[in-house]
Amino acid sequence: MFDVLLARWNQGHRTVGFPASPPALPDRFRGRPEVDPSKCPAGCRDCAEACPTGAVRFDGPSPQERPHACPPLVWRGRTTDDPGGESPLVVRPRHTDGGPASGRAGEEEGEVRGGGPGVQIDLGRCLFCTDCVDACPQGSIAYTTDHRLATRAREDLIARPGEVLKLAAALDEKARRLFGRSLKLRQVSAGGCNACEADVNVLNTVVFDLGRFGIQFVASPRHADGLLVTGPVTDNMRLALRKTWEAVPAPKIAIAVGACAISGGPYVDHPEVHNGASCEVPIDLYIPGCPPHPVTILDGLLRLLGRLDAK
Amino acid sequence: MTSPLTLHNGETCAAGEVPLLAAAEFREEVLQAVEGGRRIAALFGRPAGGDRVRLAAVLANGAEGTLALTSADVEKSFHSLTPDCPQAHLFEREIAEQFGLVPEGHPWMKPVRFPRGGAAVTDFFRVRGEEVHEVAVGPVHAGVIEPGHFRFQCHGEEVFHLEISLGYQHRGVERAMIEGREARRIHLIETLAGDTSIGHAMAYARAMEALSGARVPARAQALRGIALELERLANHTGDLAALANDVGYLPTASYGGRIRGDFLNLTALLCGSRFGRGLVRPGGVRFDLDPTRAAELVERLDAATRDVGEAVNLLWETPSVMARFEETGSISREVCEQLGLVGPAARACGVGRDVRHEFPYGIYRFFQIPMSTWETGDVFARAHVRWLEIQRSIPFIREQVKALPEGPARADAAHPLEAGRLCVSLVEGWRGEICHVAMTDAAGRLAAYKIVDPSFHNWTGLAMALRGQQISDFPLCNKSFNLSYCGHDL
Repeated sequence: MFDVLLARWNQGHRTVGFPASPPALPDRFRGRPEVDPSKCPAGCRDCAEACPTGAVRFDGPSPQERPHACPPLVWRGRTTDDPGGESPLVVRPRHTDGGPASGRAGEEEGEVRGGGPGVQIDLGRCLFCTDCVDACPQGSIAYTTDHRLATRAREDLIARPGEVLKLAAALDEKARRLFGRSLKLRQVSAGGCNACEADVNVLNTVVFDLGRFGIQFVASPRHADGLLVTGPVTDNMRLALRKTWEAVPAPKIAIAVGACAISGGPYVDHPEVHNGASCEVPIDLYIPGCPPHPVTILDGLLRLLGRLDAK
Repeated sequence: MTSPLTLHNGETCAAGEVPLLAAAEFREEVLQAVEGGRRIAALFGRPAGGDRVRLAAVLANGAEGTLALTSADVEKSFHSLTPDCPQAHLFEREIAEQFGLVPEGHPWMKPVRFPRGGAAVTDFFRVRGEEVHEVAVGPVHAGVIEPGHFRFQCHGEEVFHLEISLGYQHRGVERAMIEGREARRIHLIETLAGDTSIGHAMAYARAMEALSGARVPARAQALRGIALELERLANHTGDLAALANDVGYLPTASYGGRIRGDFLNLTALLCGSRFGRGLVRPGGVRFDLDPTRAAELVERLDAATRDVGEAVNLLWETPSVMARFEETGSISREVCEQLGLVGPAARACGVGRDVRHEFPYGIYRFFQIPMSTWETGDVFARAHVRWLEIQRSIPFIREQVKALPEGPARADAAHPLEAGRLCVSLVEGWRGEICHVAMTDAAGRLAAYKIVDPSFHNWTGLAMALRGQQISDFPLCNKSFNLSYCGHDL
């Protein structure tokens, strides 16, 4: 007993100061990339060619990119409803605050609005591996230690030169009244490699103490206000994801964590996967990374609930 | 009968040197090798033209430190090894699923990964009788973990039989290693089991280096060793915390969850990623350890060492924890050897299997870590082996940081792969033996890439550990193995 008390004393108070103070991140941490097209030699595409997932692109989708069409889900010989289509039973919170429209399933890869000249990075596909930096002797691309990456719309994840990333806006007031002080999430790993899962789970430790924000992971979708999806959505997990989503009572939200759940990540366009969660659920919050740092995930969740300044 | 070709870990041979036997001889050869103390590290097929499939076996002998290779061409069906050699069972099911071959006489012919899609449903073994009931769990579980399906046949609380059906995580890793873009390969390797990024990246990098004849600087070898042991520390600490949580002992659960993060953050100090993403690359490592960073690493490691010792030792002093750990989920040494278990799960049965010892590679050729074993084969043994390994990895890291060799951390230029060669690369990941087999074609392209995650060997161990246990002990037993779903499903 004495040992237990002594250990409690020695282990001390370990909860991080974030969000009240800035997070302590390692100097080699790879956060939001910045691009400087003025350094690019004319016609050079080395970074785009080095990129393993086609995240680095010039003026629109990269040549490696193919639109991914989710075939209808066939279960027990029956074809079910349109994938990602809104079930008539589902009442979804409407975003009427003039904020960014939530990335609906209709907003697929490839529907990226045409940008200005120069290199762009799709953070939804980016693995933050810096293969593009290695391929660029001019140093046009640099990864900063900025951990803030979460957005509400898929297209907001395209980092363009000279543009500020449009970070996630809060849910509308009605949804915030429902979820703002108590958000219960069911996590579904649909092909996740256990890195996103681990760094979501770590939010429950004393270090991040997710409970202090009223956010909790629950065992049953019936008890949940929404889903947090990781993984590229393998064909073998698609039905389970669909059924779990349908088991969550409306109104409900969906969060995609990690490059896989947003775009397929390193598995993008594999025939065994469906390029992310939007094939089955309409996504309200995108948190990029491979895996995202726990602080990035927490930052995204708090922004969604309107508990961080919009900056 | 020709004698099989033997290689050392990370050595290459001409692909044509592997003996090609008749199917019956191949079977006999594998059975004799297993009888003689070898273990199946890998058994896989690849297309050999027409309807033929070339089966290849990698048979590991830990005492000698050698890997024997043999192969045979089969068509349509072959005589199953499993009735005489249970450790072949999942490998044969995998071959059957991938190539449509029939392993004749296989007693448990079921899918492994359901690669053709659809819900992973199979005909589960069923116990019938009064008061027998069935419990189905998954694929979506209660916690934040990967998906898998568990089907229990219970009599009251007692589990008669547990069947584990996986495949939900199948992402086509092995296929894409051959067919996909080269730029993506290392990222598939780092995410095929994302909690073992360093372990798998090391196995891949060593295979590529061997096939291209690249020399890896000594400094890179030492840095890889540091990263691999940090990965082990983080995961073993996390497992001990989770085991404490599963028996409701919250002090160790909450301290351990935090200290696990301290070890992950040391990996992030080294390379910016808590999971070691981007650190290991063919030819060396991408991030060097400068003296200031090295000093910080040792200082933070010392602090974490004090904390982890205090947190974990509470477990062994608490009777309510020990009552749950001891004699729960036991596996006998005999079953362990029959199933070919690896890693801490095998060492907890008193079976001394550790790639770092038996097939030393890289830095482990020069610096050895004492092997940690325990005899009882229960949850306690699997927990205690982890604790012993934590205590042995820490001084190893300190020693490496102190005596870091001078020189570059990465070889200058990448070399092309040599044509028509084969390499077997083993690494002791935190879960156990990682085996990668790589082969190039006549043009020097990758023609075959086989990955065996330690979980592939060990999932059946979990099923056996549950026999005769209370179903309520399943979470505890499961955590004591803590196997990878995606590493199995690939």
